[in-house]
Amino acid sequence: MTSNGFVQLAVYLGVLLACVKPLGFYMARVYSGSGTFLDRFIGPLERLLYRLCGIEKSAEMTWRQYSVAILTFSLLSFLAVYVLQRTQVWLPLNPESLPAVSPDSSFNTAVSFTTNTNWQGYGGETTMSYLTQMLALTVQNFVSAAAGMAVLVTLIRGFTRHSTETIGNFWVDLVRGTLYILLPISLLFAVALVSQGVVQTFNSYHEVAFLEPTVDAEGQAVTRQSIAVGPAASQIAIKQLGTNGGGFFNVNSAHPLENPTPLSNFLQLLAILLIPAALCYTFGEMVSDRRQGWAVLAAMLVIFVPLLVATTITEQSGNPILTRLGVDQSASDSQPGGNMEGKESRFGIVNSSLWAVATTAASNGSVNSMHDSFTPLSGLVPMWLMQLGEVIFGGVGSGLYGLLMFAIVAVFLSGLMVGRTPEYLGKKIGAFEMKMAALAILFPCAMVLVGTAVAVVSASGRATIFNPGPHGFSEVLYAFSSAGNNNGSAFAGLGANTPFYNGLLGLAMLVGRFWVMLPVLAIAGSLAAKKTVPAGPGTLPTHTPLFVVLLVAVVIVVGALSFFPALALGPIVEHLLLANQE
Amino acid sequence: MFTQLRTAALVLMALTVLTGGVYPLVVTAIAQLAFPRQANGSLIQQGDQITGSELIGQPFSRPEYFWGRLSATGPHPYNAAASSGSNFGPLHPGFKEAAEARILALHSAGSSGKVVPVDLVTASGSGLDPHISPAAAEFQVPRIAVARKMSEGAVRELVSQHTEGRQLGILGEPRVNVLRLNLALDQPQGN
Repeated sequence: MTSNGFVQLAVYLGVLLACVKPLGFYMARVYSGSGTFLDRFIGPLERLLYRLCGIEKSAEMTWRQYSVAILTFSLLSFLAVYVLQRTQVWLPLNPESLPAVSPDSSFNTAVSFTTNTNWQGYGGETTMSYLTQMLALTVQNFVSAAAGMAVLVTLIRGFTRHSTETIGNFWVDLVRGTLYILLPISLLFAVALVSQGVVQTFNSYHEVAFLEPTVDAEGQAVTRQSIAVGPAASQIAIKQLGTNGGGFFNVNSAHPLENPTPLSNFLQLLAILLIPAALCYTFGEMVSDRRQGWAVLAAMLVIFVPLLVATTITEQSGNPILTRLGVDQSASDSQPGGNMEGKESRFGIVNSSLWAVATTAASNGSVNSMHDSFTPLSGLVPMWLMQLGEVIFGGVGSGLYGLLMFAIVAVFLSGLMVGRTPEYLGKKIGAFEMKMAALAILFPCAMVLVGTAVAVVSASGRATIFNPGPHGFSEVLYAFSSAGNNNGSAFAGLGANTPFYNGLLGLAMLVGRFWVMLPVLAIAGSLAAKKTVPAGPGTLPTHTPLFVVLLVAVVIVVGALSFFPALALGPIVEHLLLANQE
Repeated sequence: MFTQLRTAALVLMALTVLTGGVYPLVVTAIAQLAFPRQANGSLIQQGDQITGSELIGQPFSRPEYFWGRLSATGPHPYNAAASSGSNFGPLHPGFKEAAEARILALHSAGSSGKVVPVDLVTASGSGLDPHISPAAAEFQVPRIAVARKMSEGAVRELVSQHTEGRQLGILGEPRVNVLRLNLALDQPQGN
């Protein structure tokens, strides 16, 4: 790795961390209902929305009502996305006359976008009309993200309120998150991305003549190129900010019209971790103890930074097979070197590795390089980050509420060690909270492993594996790790647009979303009903380095014990085989 | 339960109009007014002819043109209506075969025996990468000079005119725009 590589990583982390406090503080104001500087512009729109939809802003919900509201909203969202895909052929804004999407692919995509996963079994430019991209997919990019943040806020309210049945109003949290946070920041990012060359147009695809004609797979001469365009920038901004990750084009942010320059790449990378990181500060602010927020952010960084450096160094070391062919893979100021298969020249190794780690630490899932072509150990890192449950930054809202589940387990374990009733943020953690936290942590794990096992023993699961050997197993394991934790990135060689994978991965996405979300809401309701107990001499402080270490240990131990056997069959075997090539 | 359903439907409709309709239209309006060239695909105009997009690569295999990255799009390379990477794992036999074929092609087109820069033998992520590294361009300079009966210095001069450094001095990688460079080679040379 060159010194510039380290500088790029450091600049990224520096800018990200500088944004945490201002944005986190702003979001705390939005969710606690206190005024913000945008009230003057957005306030009238917000009130209009409440009036149109018949929402009583001060009406509070119990956790059960809140859950019903989310489930109802998600179900209707699912139906809307499904129907729009099935009927796009008859609807406007379809200049390429793309046909209706198949039923199984429509099901998978509808589940995928309503669960904030954005797993894509299809290629955008060959499948979705502009209308579907906007009315179905862009909308879900916003609302599924806002729903995730809303659930986090109910959990925070569970800690801050006491002796009450209610945890907030879903419609208000959803609308405020969308209007005050996601929309304004998306607008800024979208315009910045267009300035770099991301397309934003309703025109049909451009036809241009090749300077030098080429031949296709059948040996027929090809003299022209059709260049796909579309209203991409508006969708890409929210795809990154809302940890959605679904690309406008098939190859996502590796596409030069989706991510044209190093600066557009930097902005998108920043957008990936921006809200998940800032929500840590929001958490601290809302529980009136900012140190609590910094502690969870520190825990995330303790796992994130070493994995980032390790991935970059491994990927930079290149492929021994090419070394034997006499290919120059050394990094210098005139070439990126390293394992460039599946990577773009403008991003090189450093920005591709940084993206791979950031997008899987967050449950974003957009890619700017093909993860399937990573060297085995640097392909292992994104896979494992997803398997940790998407809690290292994780999805907007969902990442932090996932990590808080681990925090509950951590205080419980330390309570066991000293023989005291565990408390977290002034609330006693009882059997009910522990049961719910265990459910939220273990079910997605089980879904990933069982799903992978089912796929590799069934003929239809094996039929569309692309790479031979252990890497083929990795493709399947990656797919279920991604779907079961709502990430959405892929080892894209796997042919996942089949009824088998569309169905099974759809199920995994539903488990990964709602089997975590509902226990979290239950905990929020249960905590809100409890009294607040003042911290005593036996209370474990949860803002100290000791607690950070404890929390990191719990996350790693659960993730390692659950997944190392499976990882040994895939990337680890492959690494040994590749090392043998030297 | 029924009121929840009604509220859910109304909120979804309202937010659909706002985030799926108004928001993309506002972005489009701003984009088309402030950055019309970028918003429409950064097309290269020569006279009244559009010769491509400076962000979308094209396939080259003649000795007198600079070659770009390998492209794994189907059914033909650099298909900008269906982007795709190769998705070859590091041990996939096709990965080694593609690299060997490229090395052979480079040598038989007249490139010297130097070690080949890695970006010339690997497929890009999009299959549409418009760039190669400066090292990959330098590797091809002698071949272009011979094929075009130009001096290596003149070719190098053109390469450096089409080389971009790291953005803001830090971000990304230095790179050469292949289509722009080849279009410039086809222009009548002033010297």
